[in-house]
Amino acid sequence: MTSSMNPAIVATDLRKSYGDKVVLNGIDLMITEGTIFALLGPNGAGKTTTVQILSTLIDADGGNARVFGHDLTREPDAVRALIGVTGQFSAVDNLLTGRENLTLMADLCHLDRAAGRRRIADLLDQFDLTDAAGKPVSTYSGGMRRRLDLAMTLVGEPRVIFLDEPTTGLDPRSRRAMWHIIRALAAEGVTILLTTQYLEEADQLADRVAFLDHGRLIAEGTPRELKRLIPGGHVVLQFADQEGLDSAARTFESATRDDAALTLQVPSDGGVGSLRSLLDQLDRASISVAGLSVHTPDLDDVFLTLTGQPDTRAGRPDHERAPAR
Amino acid sequence: MSTLSLAVRDSSTMLRRNLLHMRRYPSMTFLLIGIPIIILLLFVYVFGGTLGAGLGPSGDRSQYANYVTPGILLITVVSAAQGTAISVAMDMTEGIIARFRTMSIFRPSVLTGHVLGSLVQTMLSLVAVILVALLVGFRPNANAVEWLAAIGVLAMITFALTWLSVALGLVSDSVETASNLPMPLILLPFLGSGFVPTDSMPTAVRLFADYQPFTPVMETLRGLLLGTGIGANGIIAVVWCAVITVGCFLWAKALYNRNRTA
Repeated sequence: MTSSMNPAIVATDLRKSYGDKVVLNGIDLMITEGTIFALLGPNGAGKTTTVQILSTLIDADGGNARVFGHDLTREPDAVRALIGVTGQFSAVDNLLTGRENLTLMADLCHLDRAAGRRRIADLLDQFDLTDAAGKPVSTYSGGMRRRLDLAMTLVGEPRVIFLDEPTTGLDPRSRRAMWHIIRALAAEGVTILLTTQYLEEADQLADRVAFLDHGRLIAEGTPRELKRLIPGGHVVLQFADQEGLDSAARTFESATRDDAALTLQVPSDGGVGSLRSLLDQLDRASISVAGLSVHTPDLDDVFLTLTGQPDTRAGRPDHERAPAR
Repeated sequence: MSTLSLAVRDSSTMLRRNLLHMRRYPSMTFLLIGIPIIILLLFVYVFGGTLGAGLGPSGDRSQYANYVTPGILLITVVSAAQGTAISVAMDMTEGIIARFRTMSIFRPSVLTGHVLGSLVQTMLSLVAVILVALLVGFRPNANAVEWLAAIGVLAMITFALTWLSVALGLVSDSVETASNLPMPLILLPFLGSGFVPTDSMPTAVRLFADYQPFTPVMETLRGLLLGTGIGANGIIAVVWCAVITVGCFLWAKALYNRNRTA
């Protein structure tokens, strides 16, 4: 399906090591133009390194990659003209004001004065920074810095944007604002590669998700496909007495019961449809439930399922790991 | 856009950035101007009487003020260079440098912005120091052409030492290192003809003093401003400055282009 569409980023067998430490152990990526692609993984999985290589910040030790057909190593400037990067650590000039930062970008993108001023006014407005435009960035809150950072990336109207953990450290409100901005960009046809530690974020934003662990891609697909790989979503039913728990356990044979807590854990994807059918079943069997909670799979579940072990990165050389695929 | 016009445009953008930094945080500039002025006052008013007497039978404090000023001017240049190394090292810790590296701009413009900014800063410092020197008895007899030539010599050595300090700022892994690495430079005017004539030094020290790069620069300045003999020093100074500039430019460029591990 995707092969017929225009690929924005194609990477083949990317490798990178720092000394003995293998950071990327052969990464293949194909990202379609105009889509949001999420690289999901824990700290140290190689997400930032992947972004640094694809954004021409560092060279890969092996493999190759192209952005809209331009080879990263042979035509770095052609690639740089097409991309924008917002890193994990804010890439703003703390000694300047917000407007001065944007003006700096407009000058470096070689916009003429009038066009630059228009673009800056638009971006300040769009990112809700107009009031703070004259203040030094060192006085900005975390959310404002992140918005300014992204606004600076957008001055040159890049066709591909790399967002390295764009919402790490943001409060929930700023995170939602950032999601809103990212969706709007994708709607305009910008290709976005974002990295995140949060499954929910990938789920909310991404058309495709790749799971990165110890420098390898261990799964890739749409959020729906990926979640199907992951059992662990379940509904917990709380009962008032042993009798209720017993009759419910007979109704849901695949469930796990906890007699001490009087709870029953029923596997479920947590969707409205499956919840409705669960409640219908309870109704039909006339079982009364004291409480109910829905648990969707989180990053730990993904990790556990895909790697077959909890996240114990410390002291384990990468090459000793069995391929998890 | 051609490479040259791209280079000029991006470098001047980066120069504006550095000048903005300086204007907003002037304390660094004042600190850097303070060091040579304190040394000047110390050497004229504390040591000047004795050192002046050593210059010859008619030597005195006012004659020493004339003698020491070219050395003080180089101390000014070195002091400003130390500031450059610090601000380059500080800048490299900022996330915005990573952004510049991923942009389609003239790559060394971050560095040329620093160099041009420092050149402006150093020239302003030199004006301030020369004014103080005039107040404490510096009496140059240079005509307009000689003044222009002296300014040219100062700009040349500033350019050379600024590229050196940009490289030192890049090679440093911390701001502290960047502040210490250029320190030995401040000794060079002392280990040359900056404060006393080299023929009063023991042979080993004198040989070093006669052949190190600062001595011909100081002798050229002295000749231009005070009418002493320049001889081959002018040519030697130009060659030294050119060699240091080209060498350190290439060094700094290589350091900036190397892969940085995050």
